[in-house]
Amino acid sequence: MAGFVARRVLLMVPTVIAISVMTFTIMQLAPGDFLTSLVSGMASQGESISQASIDALRQRYGLGEAPHVQYLKWVSGIVLRGDFGQSFEWNRPVSSLIWDRMGFTILLSLGTLTFTWVFAFAVGVYSAVRRYSIGDYVLSFLAFLGLAIPGFLIALVLLYISARFFNQSVGGLFSPEYVEAPWGVGKIGDLLQHLWIPIVIIGLSQAASLVRIMRANLLDELHKPYVVTARAKGLAEHRLLLKYPVRMAVNPFVSTVGWSLPALVSGEAVVAIVLSLPTTGPLLVRALQSKDMYLAGSFILLLSTLTVIGTLLSDIMLAWLDPRIRYQ
Amino acid sequence: MSARQALAPPDVLVHEPVAAEPEPSVVVASQWRLMWWRFRKHRLALVGGVVILALYLVAIFAEFLAPNDPEATSVAYTYAPPQVVHVYSGGAYVFGYKSVVDTEALRRTFTVDENTAFPVQWFAQGARYKLWGLIPLNVHLIGPVDPSAPMYLLGSDRLGRDMLSRIIYGTRVSMSIGLVGVAMSLVLGVLLGGISGYFGGSLDTVIQRVIEFLRSIPTIPLWLGLAAALPASWSPLQVYFAITVILSLIGWTGLARVVRGRFLSLREEDFVMAARLDGSSQLRIILRHMVPSFLSHIIASITLAIPAVILSETALSFLGLGLRPPVISWGVLLQEAQNVRSVALAPWLLAPGGAVVLAVLGLNFLGDGLRDAADPYG
Repeated sequence: MAGFVARRVLLMVPTVIAISVMTFTIMQLAPGDFLTSLVSGMASQGESISQASIDALRQRYGLGEAPHVQYLKWVSGIVLRGDFGQSFEWNRPVSSLIWDRMGFTILLSLGTLTFTWVFAFAVGVYSAVRRYSIGDYVLSFLAFLGLAIPGFLIALVLLYISARFFNQSVGGLFSPEYVEAPWGVGKIGDLLQHLWIPIVIIGLSQAASLVRIMRANLLDELHKPYVVTARAKGLAEHRLLLKYPVRMAVNPFVSTVGWSLPALVSGEAVVAIVLSLPTTGPLLVRALQSKDMYLAGSFILLLSTLTVIGTLLSDIMLAWLDPRIRYQ
Repeated sequence: MSARQALAPPDVLVHEPVAAEPEPSVVVASQWRLMWWRFRKHRLALVGGVVILALYLVAIFAEFLAPNDPEATSVAYTYAPPQVVHVYSGGAYVFGYKSVVDTEALRRTFTVDENTAFPVQWFAQGARYKLWGLIPLNVHLIGPVDPSAPMYLLGSDRLGRDMLSRIIYGTRVSMSIGLVGVAMSLVLGVLLGGISGYFGGSLDTVIQRVIEFLRSIPTIPLWLGLAAALPASWSPLQVYFAITVILSLIGWTGLARVVRGRFLSLREEDFVMAARLDGSSQLRIILRHMVPSFLSHIIASITLAIPAVILSETALSFLGLGLRPPVISWGVLLQEAQNVRSVALAPWLLAPGGAVVLAVLGLNFLGDGLRDAADPYG
């Protein structure tokens, strides 16, 4: 087991390096750089900036250098000093901007994952045990609907309903009076009151496919001889269900964490923009639009790396839970 | 399903004999016929198939079906609410609008005015257009008798453009971007998945690592980065193709996995060995013997991959990083509904979302049915 974990961690290194190269390439792909968009932005407002100060800025940010030199500078800064570079637009170090937002993104992703699991588990087991009942049909239909409706559309409809009929806003993660407040019981309670909305919206589409998998797996197990044997021996129905077939069917939950994490982060990015959440998504989109490349690049790099770590954890968990999976 | 069950004729034939067909025996039926029999039993998939067919027909005949020119603005009718077509024995009509100036919010709002009525007819003469850019016509499926009368069946947007016409035109881009995007992922997926599965060895390992790598990256941030890199000076057509390429960059991995899996299992089959012993070239073995036996699976996977592309395009365009306004797609239309204020003012701006849901649901059901039918012996 230790060898397996060590090997997987080692394998992660080239992956993360590949991610950083890819991120940097994407950052370089954008035509022009931050300075050109700054100059054109100022020009459109009737202001002008002297060529000398442009050159000075270019020098300061190292924008004129060869790409591989810029890449090495960027990566060594991150690895050696935890310095992600400077955000042009905010005129602050990137690291001071991202950690708050990364924190909320991780919180939101973990919350969504938990919701997805609990919801998919309960609904999947119910639909399998009560197959072809009205409840099964209704839930299956809802699951398909959850698959088909993009998260941001649900968010928009929800915003509309709450604004129109309840005259309140569901956006953000805090009520206005708590946004600047220091952390305390009140603020955490307020956070929880707001958090469930994005969690449900993002989780629904994820849960929908998991429900289908859970239902199909459990249906396969329910007719196996060991279930009949257990029933014949007089085991209570709910104990029988949870003790044997559900345990067999629950495997996909663990094995899908790996690839549901990228989907969660992606879904979060779009929904967060609609609901104006203080997570990474909205800031990433803005950074991309204004070509604030170190900020955008750092987000893409960190989100991708986190996903790789999540995948690693799910692999380890799966190997630990299911002895049939070989460590090779 | 056991072998005996598989040989029994499908029960559709038992209680629903098709008169036109001369009772073909299941034993001699071709693979595609068996698939059709099986597919036909899946009611939801049939419904999905009809919906998708209808959507593609809408896309093809968009100019004729749309009651208005999608670009025609009208200052007189901004944010006009949807009308209802009232039918009576002598024909049909829609009510007109009356505008009220809201002195507090300083804007004009429109309400349906039940005192004015405009007759509506089939095959009405309206705005001129060129069908497929070739045939000049001015007949629309439905429209007001008087071409200047207001008709907004799904309301109008900020500039007084007809939402229904815009959604109909948007079908063209949104439904085709799914096809084009999936076609590109298909080429990549079949090529790389095929190489990976057929040759195996270190080539397989490398391709599998690349796939794992691509799958481990959150797609939306990656797409956003790539889409932001598109030059603003590009023409709409260039942006369209660039976006499909970006979307298929990730999409091919799923198809490659399916193809690889099929190749791995087929490689060991007797008929492949027989073809090899017969001296067939590798290309011939792949194209003539292996591909036909998993073609149906590929088709099912494609059907399930299209909705993903449609949803991604919608999300990207919605964020303003995908297709840009002169192009009409459902995502571009939804961009109008991005903030709560306009949604609260004009909830009908969300209507393109309905089209997205319809298309994605239809394709999912169709793909589900095709996947079940793909293996008639299973």
